[in-house]
Amino acid sequence: MAEVAHQADVTEVGYQAGPLLEVDNLHVEFPTRDGIARAVNGVSYSLEQGKTLAVLGESGSGKSVTAQVIMGILDEPGHVSAGEVRFQGRNLLTMSEKERRPLRGNKIAMIFQDALSSLNPVFTVGWQIAEMFRVHQGLTRREAKQKAIEMMDRVRLPAAKNRYNDYPHQFSGGMRQRIMIAMAIALGPDVLIADEPTTALDVTVQAQIMGLLHDLQRESNMGLILITHDLGVVADVADDIAVMYAGRIVEHAPVHDIYRAPAHPYTKGLIESIPRVDLKGQELHAIKGLPPNLLRMPSGCAFHPRCPYRTDQCMTDTPPLYDVGGTRHSACHHWTEVIDDAR
Amino acid sequence: MSDPQIAAMSRHEDEDRSAHPEMTGQVRSLWSDAWHDLLRKPSFLIPLVIVGLFVLIAIFPGLFTNADPEYAELSKSMQGPSAEAWFGYDLQGRDVFARTIYGARPSIIVGTLAVLLATLFGGLIGIIAGYAGGWIDSLLSRFTEIFLGLPYVLGAIIILSALANTRSGIGSFGIMMIVTLVMALLGWPLVTRIARSAMLAVKHSDYVQAARGLGASPVRIVFKHLLPNALAPIIVIATISVGTFISAEAVLSFLGIGLRPPVISWGVAIADHQNLMRQAAHPVLFPAAALTVVVIAFVMIGDAVREALDPKLR
Amino acid sequence: MTHDEPVLQVRDLVKHFPLTQGVVFKRRIGEIKAVDGVSFDLNRGETLGIVGESGCGKSTLAKLMMALERPTAGQILFEGTDITQLKGKTLKAMRRKVQMVMQDPYTSLNPRMTVGDIVGEPFQIHPEVAPKGSRKQKVRELLDVVGLDPDHINRYPHQFSGGQRQRIGIARGLALRPDVIVCDEPVSALDVSIQAQVINLLEGLQDEFNLSYIFIAHDLSIVRHIADRVAVMYLGKLVEVGSDAEIYESPTHPYTQALLSAVPVPDPEGRESRERITLQGDPPSPANPPSGCSFRTRCWKAQDVCASEVPELEPRAAAPHPSRCHFAEVHDVVHAS
Repeated sequence: MAEVAHQADVTEVGYQAGPLLEVDNLHVEFPTRDGIARAVNGVSYSLEQGKTLAVLGESGSGKSVTAQVIMGILDEPGHVSAGEVRFQGRNLLTMSEKERRPLRGNKIAMIFQDALSSLNPVFTVGWQIAEMFRVHQGLTRREAKQKAIEMMDRVRLPAAKNRYNDYPHQFSGGMRQRIMIAMAIALGPDVLIADEPTTALDVTVQAQIMGLLHDLQRESNMGLILITHDLGVVADVADDIAVMYAGRIVEHAPVHDIYRAPAHPYTKGLIESIPRVDLKGQELHAIKGLPPNLLRMPSGCAFHPRCPYRTDQCMTDTPPLYDVGGTRHSACHHWTEVIDDAR
Repeated sequence: MSDPQIAAMSRHEDEDRSAHPEMTGQVRSLWSDAWHDLLRKPSFLIPLVIVGLFVLIAIFPGLFTNADPEYAELSKSMQGPSAEAWFGYDLQGRDVFARTIYGARPSIIVGTLAVLLATLFGGLIGIIAGYAGGWIDSLLSRFTEIFLGLPYVLGAIIILSALANTRSGIGSFGIMMIVTLVMALLGWPLVTRIARSAMLAVKHSDYVQAARGLGASPVRIVFKHLLPNALAPIIVIATISVGTFISAEAVLSFLGIGLRPPVISWGVAIADHQNLMRQAAHPVLFPAAALTVVVIAFVMIGDAVREALDPKLR
Repeated sequence: MTHDEPVLQVRDLVKHFPLTQGVVFKRRIGEIKAVDGVSFDLNRGETLGIVGESGCGKSTLAKLMMALERPTAGQILFEGTDITQLKGKTLKAMRRKVQMVMQDPYTSLNPRMTVGDIVGEPFQIHPEVAPKGSRKQKVRELLDVVGLDPDHINRYPHQFSGGQRQRIGIARGLALRPDVIVCDEPVSALDVSIQAQVINLLEGLQDEFNLSYIFIAHDLSIVRHIADRVAVMYLGKLVEVGSDAEIYESPTHPYTQALLSAVPVPDPEGRESRERITLQGDPPSPANPPSGCSFRTRCWKAQDVCASEVPELEPRAAAPHPSRCHFAEVHDVVHAS
């Protein structure tokens, strides 16, 4: 089994060690009938081998759109208006579809929130996993089946052999997500993107799936991009966090730093809004207002209408990602204040 | 009389109470929103103008031609298009342009009337079946399936040939009504199916549950919640059906069991001259083109309406 | 605010859905035991949290309490009257007293009605609550109370965000001045930054109107924040009931312990050493629950007696609050206090 996992570790000729995957100043636009929605607005992050980067954000923050660009599955009418996505130093966005296709699945794989609609209902799950090996590695039917059963074992599907010929609807939500994971990691990708992988699942099943992802990552040394809105899940597994708001990264830091002392008012607001035992009976610290409409973005800092630290500067100047020390960055003019308050 | 306790509570100042930024000021229902959408779409406006033109032709054919569609001059039989007669003359020397113009009325009347009947009857059955559920639904659904299982053309042939004897001597209007009724009779099950599934989807929606939880009466639930939301798919299928019913009318006429002389219709014209296609295509071509344009226009309108009414797209 | 007089008493509530096969002649091939003998009291002004995973029957329980479904057996007593037996006028009158807030703000509002019509519908159904001339004013007041602009009375639901729609749903639930509001996952469909706003609103309204809440949710941290008492549900049965402190700090049922340990803690400190009880597999089907204790198939403590004897929900030696486990032991998995 380990062979499959480590095949991918052999780096390509001429490729020097560095970040595995880099998103560089990415801009994505969606033309709508009411104007252009800037879903992603200059996002940069990088992922190292064996690390987990959590991209945290609410709906509409651009977290999933970024992942779709990396995978090359951005929905129409969305398009990249600027920026690069580099995998092992090569820009994916300038590649032809023909060059890019072999990377998908082989090098970069993705799992989605809704496992049922991502699986083909008319084929057995075993066949669908085996197909990955037949198409990408040219294995024979028998070899592919053997491999598929190995994969099903590896994601801890009980009685894998007996369930090879079962159809997706015969599995529970958690089991289907395992099958999705089996298909995603079948070819030993270097990067796995998980878009809200446990949002549709119950907590006890969520714990199983997150545990599985964590173990698989350790075994194969993949880089994992975990896209989620759940601060609890992030705290559990992430090495680094990129917090997104209205198409921008507002804070980027190692996980411990962010939870100890957030450097952006939005992150701070999110963490403070989590119910805490010692504050029972009191009002929760809610972030005021609503996330902005991408068509009518506030001037300056997009968070300023909801921000308690707002000054006149925030309404006119868009904050850059300030270096906050260490490997931390915050897109807030008043990050020193925010960090001091948290401490 | 305001509730003092409620009035005293207006102090959620910390909450954001401003409108969602999505709002642009106008207050529109989904219906009027859909309408405004449609008015901005060429894929709706162009077929709408075409249909409007043909409806006008159907109502006032005299406005569009001075020629008498019945006037035959055998010497001009099968003459091609000319400045005098734009579409040429048919086998009996009648003006094809005039006959195409006058043929619009029966085609459009039969098409729309059949759709209207099928939608009213089929929609009603579907709405009852979907709302009532249980054995009523089973009964109505099985009944519908009997008709649905009947092949359309075969059914029409059987019924219309059986009625063939009684059809002589009832005049143009009588013939048109019989064809309309037969087409409606065979067309309603499709509407029933769509109406039933639309009702079922809405019936199980949360807002209907909420209304039941408030103690709303069945009448209120049907008229306030179910019908307004189940209507959209029925309207869409009705619009698209007008086109298909018009072409079905032509098929039946072509087979000699639909409209027939003295009725002037596109289907009749095509049927009368199909054998002569190799000599001269124009007596078939022009009515067929008119037919195609109208059918496509209705289907396009139906498509545009479907898109505009689909809440998923907004 | 008195906490000792039950406004709602649920007794041995059972709801079985028949499983049928065939189209024309329906054959009964079994039944889904969605709710299988649930009893609890709800006091005035109290919040009872009900937690459990999907398929445990908590949403069916909500529908039963709203009298949207009739139970197979058991009673729901509202101020002493069994609401499961009510019909017609008396049922309609009872509905004024028990209202609900639903999970999905996108499907729970009729898209073809204005906000004013939606929030005013309760008054149209129960005209005796508000005389005709006062209704519009009342609707405006309700919108104001839930933090919406009363001038938006003529707008349609699709013009509002998810959080604002949930406020509209809350205003509708509040209109008849009910005593009990059943909240079925009221914030789980909302963005994180909006959830806290809605929770604060619900808490504020409770204090103001002395409401009792049944708060159904899968998010244990929110339930802990808002609930006075918590009931844990598994496969149609309550397995443990207690005050929030009892359930979160000294849970005795293995399922409660597993559930609590599975919740990701939003704090990375010490995450490597945190105790996690990972359950194997999925919950069994409610159509075919295990004999004896329904949790035994996933339980690490299960012994022969668990398969043969159904444990009762009763106080155990380990702790005074009721627990449905033969081997109840206190085990603080969260260490949060």
